[in-house]
Amino acid sequence: MDHVRIPGVLVVLAASLAVIGCGKKEEPKAVAPAPAPAAAAPAPKPEMVVKIGHVAPLTGPIAHLGKDNENGARLAVDDANAKKIEIDGKVIKFELLGEDDQADPKTGTVVAQKLVDAKVAGVVGHLNSGTTIPASAIYNQAGLPQISPSATNPKYTQQGFKTTFRVMANDIQQGSVVGTYAAKDMGAKKIAIIDDRTAYGQGLADEVEKAAKEAGANIVAREFTNDKATDFKAILTKIKAKNPDVIFLGGMDAVGGPMLKQMKELGIKAKFTTGDGGCSPELIKLAGPASEGVICTQAGLPVDKLPNGQKFVEDFTKKYGQIQIYSPYSYDAVMVLIDSMKRANSVDPAKYLAEVGKTSYDGVTGKIVFDEKGDIKNGAITVFEIKDGKLVTLKTEGGTAAAAPAPAAAPAAAPAPEAKK
Amino acid sequence: MDTLIQQLINGVTLGAVYALVALGYTMVYGIIGLINFAHGEVVMIGTMVAFTVIVSLAGSGMPPLLVLALGLAVSTLVCMVLGWALERVAYRPLRHAPRLTPLITAIGMSIVLQNVAMIIWGRNYITFPPMINKQIYDLGGASFTNVQVSIVFLAALMMIGLIYLVHRTRIGMAMRATAQNPQVASLMGVDINRVIAMAFVIGSALGAIAGCMVGSYYEIAHYQMGFMLGLKAFTAAVLGGIGNLAGAMAGGLLLGIIEALGAGYIGDLTGDFLGSHYQDIFAFIVLIIVLMFRPSGLFGERTGDRA
Repeated sequence: MDHVRIPGVLVVLAASLAVIGCGKKEEPKAVAPAPAPAAAAPAPKPEMVVKIGHVAPLTGPIAHLGKDNENGARLAVDDANAKKIEIDGKVIKFELLGEDDQADPKTGTVVAQKLVDAKVAGVVGHLNSGTTIPASAIYNQAGLPQISPSATNPKYTQQGFKTTFRVMANDIQQGSVVGTYAAKDMGAKKIAIIDDRTAYGQGLADEVEKAAKEAGANIVAREFTNDKATDFKAILTKIKAKNPDVIFLGGMDAVGGPMLKQMKELGIKAKFTTGDGGCSPELIKLAGPASEGVICTQAGLPVDKLPNGQKFVEDFTKKYGQIQIYSPYSYDAVMVLIDSMKRANSVDPAKYLAEVGKTSYDGVTGKIVFDEKGDIKNGAITVFEIKDGKLVTLKTEGGTAAAAPAPAAAPAAAPAPEAKK
Repeated sequence: MDTLIQQLINGVTLGAVYALVALGYTMVYGIIGLINFAHGEVVMIGTMVAFTVIVSLAGSGMPPLLVLALGLAVSTLVCMVLGWALERVAYRPLRHAPRLTPLITAIGMSIVLQNVAMIIWGRNYITFPPMINKQIYDLGGASFTNVQVSIVFLAALMMIGLIYLVHRTRIGMAMRATAQNPQVASLMGVDINRVIAMAFVIGSALGAIAGCMVGSYYEIAHYQMGFMLGLKAFTAAVLGGIGNLAGAMAGGLLLGIIEALGAGYIGDLTGDFLGSHYQDIFAFIVLIIVLMFRPSGLFGERTGDRA
């Protein structure tokens, strides 16, 4: 045994040394071209490496979504590098530093600090609201622009930070669409709500509850689970006794899949609805036939409805396979950062931060314009139904493509954050 | 009324799942006094291997039950080898170390196994193909499936089989002797290395079977599924009296029922002051109360300190 163990340790040591070695090598590369910009004129333009941080859970129950986000960001970086973007006379080579926050708020702050120490120029992430909010304080202190592709909890942009942005409609907007849709369009009188006690699930469930009540529905049950659970029979049995028309889940697809199957086993007839976290192909895979008829919403427009969307879908699927949910948003988030750097003609966060707020960018998810808090203006919400194992668009509220119905969702949502202050 | 029956059915199934896993913990603990925290991961590996076998055979036209049996057989075999290897690599070299050391190794092994599984089977949830044709039965407004029945049945069968093995066979006698006093047992000609290895092999085989049942019940598998399951099963084993086979079964069932009833009624009982997310707290309060009055669990006997 002992003979085997020692080489094992050596290999690990050697590997970590190699990693450390690589890390050190990078820095001179970034600095070296700087002193001689004029002399290099006939030769190719000086190159500069700019690091962009990306954080999402790459391990744990929703690692598939985390990887999806990271792949979206990676594709954006590759596309930007292919264009040989020049800023301040230098050709910029973007590098993505992908970190794993395990969907855990504590780990989230640790990796946030790690990115700050690594001197990234900006951050795309995190995926979950629960990790994004605590991490945003660290980025704010460092003056780093942070764009979350998927954190939808309203609190994220309500902290008074100048560095927080998101490219997706928040839960107030989404919750009001889901709640109203369930009560009005689906005609539900009795609604049961389950949430997974995360900042995202709980926040969205609260907004749905508010909107559904306003639309005249009764909340007959409010149950809780957690984001790692697989057995929901006890709470579902309790809900069954209340006989609701609609069940709403504030949680991710990993929870929704087995929950749908167990609903079927218990003979629950209620329609199942969920927000963006459960609105993925993964949910269909996990729940199988039990996913038929599920109504879910995604913040944003359906990708196939966008002029630039088709190319993104093609490129992404060729490189990484199926899109889960948020990769188009993380793609856009990276592009918004790069676009702001171009307009500011600087990669220094202190200089280009102001430009991020002035963004007006045609992304694959739609037109991206931020309000004074950093929330996306007029963010669209799309309602889907799962039919024959596919997500089918039912309707879209808000967004740039459908300007007319927007007032229904947007103004109703706008006063709410004001009231909270 | 039908809600109560349904909650009891939910609880008994959940409890039988815990019991299946708890038997593996208790088996190893009963013999060498080690809490094998990697057992939850052995269960997970069992599920994953069965998944791979079943998926690769699913299109071959074999009858589904044969495919399931093959999946079960292969995963049992893999887990037996894994259990043996765990003992050989991680625990045997530390047999005479202070008691805390093998505990830390066990936690380490559990993390290693999780990550190995992540590398092999990926980070995504895996949908376990439903091999048993699910039938839903009705009982006074409450429903249960044939999968649930077979889980409860199998858990009972395995417990009885284990009790027989430990109390009626030669290797069982050797196991009990080793549990009482390894030194004396080895002086009496018991090959304690072999006995302890056997305990791990049998415990892991149980884990593989538990894994297959969990997989076909929830129809979902994930590389981290073993952690929470292992923790709950360990709790069940402690509740019943760790080291006692009937205790593991009773503890598992009790824990399952407490959780189901807790989640189902805690909100109503407290006027929605405490919600269903307090079900775990409910379960652990019961555990603490039981341990206050019976420190060695419900069925546990006072055992002398082991080396």
